[in-house]
Amino acid sequence: MEEIQNKIRREVVQLLSEGQVDVVIGFEQGSLPLRATPFFLRDIADANRLVWSPFCENNLATYLTKIQGKRVGLIAKGCDVRSVVALLVEKQIHRDHIVIIGVPCQGMVDRRRIEREVDGEILKAHQEGEEIIVEGRDFRKSLPRKEYIYPSCKRCEHRNPLIYDTLIGEKLVEEAERAYHEVEAFEKLSPDKRWSHFSEETSRCIRCYACRQACPMCYCAECFVDSSFPKWIEKGLDPSDVQFWNIVRAYHQTGRCVGCGACERACPMEIDLVYLTQKINRDVKELFGFEAGLDLDPPPPLSTYRVDDEQEFIK
Amino acid sequence: MEKDLWEPKILAFLCTWCSYAGADLAGTSRIQYPPNVRVIRVPCSGRINPLFILKALQQGVDGVLVSGCHPGDCHYQIGNYIGRRKSSSLKRFLDYLGIDEGRVQFSWVSAAEGAKFAQVVKEVSDKIRNLGPSKKFVNRIGPIKGVRE
Repeated sequence: MEEIQNKIRREVVQLLSEGQVDVVIGFEQGSLPLRATPFFLRDIADANRLVWSPFCENNLATYLTKIQGKRVGLIAKGCDVRSVVALLVEKQIHRDHIVIIGVPCQGMVDRRRIEREVDGEILKAHQEGEEIIVEGRDFRKSLPRKEYIYPSCKRCEHRNPLIYDTLIGEKLVEEAERAYHEVEAFEKLSPDKRWSHFSEETSRCIRCYACRQACPMCYCAECFVDSSFPKWIEKGLDPSDVQFWNIVRAYHQTGRCVGCGACERACPMEIDLVYLTQKINRDVKELFGFEAGLDLDPPPPLSTYRVDDEQEFIK
Repeated sequence: MEKDLWEPKILAFLCTWCSYAGADLAGTSRIQYPPNVRVIRVPCSGRINPLFILKALQQGVDGVLVSGCHPGDCHYQIGNYIGRRKSSSLKRFLDYLGIDEGRVQFSWVSAAEGAKFAQVVKEVSDKIRNLGPSKKFVNRIGPIKGVRE
C-alpha cells in the first residue's frame, strides 16, 4: 500500500510538472477514520496529501463528466476504468483529455461492517499487511482485510484496469467468476415476496439521491426527479413516489451499469440496491449480449437493435 | 371497491401508423371489444418512454398495453425495434421487482388488423380482470389534480 501510494505520488508529480494534465483526481485522507475522500490535486506541493488505502471506495469517474474542457489525470481502480469505458462509449468524455493512472485493486473495505465490530468510536484505522487495525480510546483490534471486503468488490472480475496510460504496481490475478447468485436466489421467491422486499427496503429511502450523485453514469443534465414539467414524481412521502425513484434509477442503468457498487456504498440508509442493477446487467447480457464497461466498440444496447431480438413476450 | 363492481382500467399506447389505425378499423368494422381501454396515440412504439408506463401504473391504472407496428413495418424503419429492446428489458425488470406479471403487455397490430386489435384487447382485459385491481406501486395519497378524473 505504502509503495503504491508513493508510486502514485511520483507519477502525479511528473504528470503535473510536465503539464500533461491540469488536475489529478485521487483520494486524500477523509476527516473521519476509515474514510478517504475524493481529492482534486492541482498543485504539486499538495501531492503528499494523496493517499491509497483500502478505504478509497468512491468511483472517481463520476467527476469526469463534471470537469469538461480540462485535461484530467484519473487515479483509477478496475471499476473506475470500466466507468470510463462506459462514458467513452456514450461519448460523454474525450479519451485525449484523460490520463488514466490505473491501480489494480484488491477490493475496498466495508467501513460500516468494521464499525459494527467494535464497541465505541474508532479514532484511527490503517492497514498492516493483510490486517486492518482499528484503534479507539480503550481498544485496539485487528481484523482480516479479506473478510471485510464489499460484496461488489468480491464479485469483481476486472480488478485490473482494462485500459490505462500508466499502471501502478503489479497486475493481480482475477479471482471472481461470473455469477449472479444473488439475482438467481431472489428470482426464486414469489412475486409478492419480491415486492415486499423491494418495498420494505425502499421504505427507508430518504430520497437524498446520494446513489445518483455517486454514480458515474448518472450524468443527465436534468434528472427525471428534478423535472417539474413533465412532473414525473411528487416530492411527497407516498411510498409509490419513493419506489418510482428507485425503479427508474435502476432501470435507467440498462446497458450502462458497470457494477462498481458505488450507489450502495453511498446510501446512508444501507438500502439493498445492487441486486437491482445486477439483475439488469444479467438481462442485458442475456438479451443483447452486451456488458457495460468492457469494450469500446459496440454502441449502447438500447440505442441499437438486432432483427432477431427477443419478442416472444409480444402478442 | 367491491370486486364485482370493479372494472379494469387499461391504458393503451398505440402507434399512430399501425395499431391506432388498427383500432380505428376495429371501430369502423363494428367489431365489439371490451370498453376498458383508454387509448393514447403515440407517433411510434419507439417513442414510448418507459416512464410513461411506470407513471400510469403509479397513478393507478390496472394495466398497460403497448402496441406498435409488426417488425419490419415501422414507418420510421427501426422505431419498433428500438422500442422492443426497451420493452423486453422493462418487462423483465418489473417481473423481477414483483409487479404482477401481465400488468404491462405488448402486441404488434397492423393497420389492417382490426379483428386482431379487438382480440388483443379482449385477451389483455381478461388477464387484467383475473389479476384484480392493481395494488402494488400505486399512489395512495390520492389523485393529483388534473391527472385522474
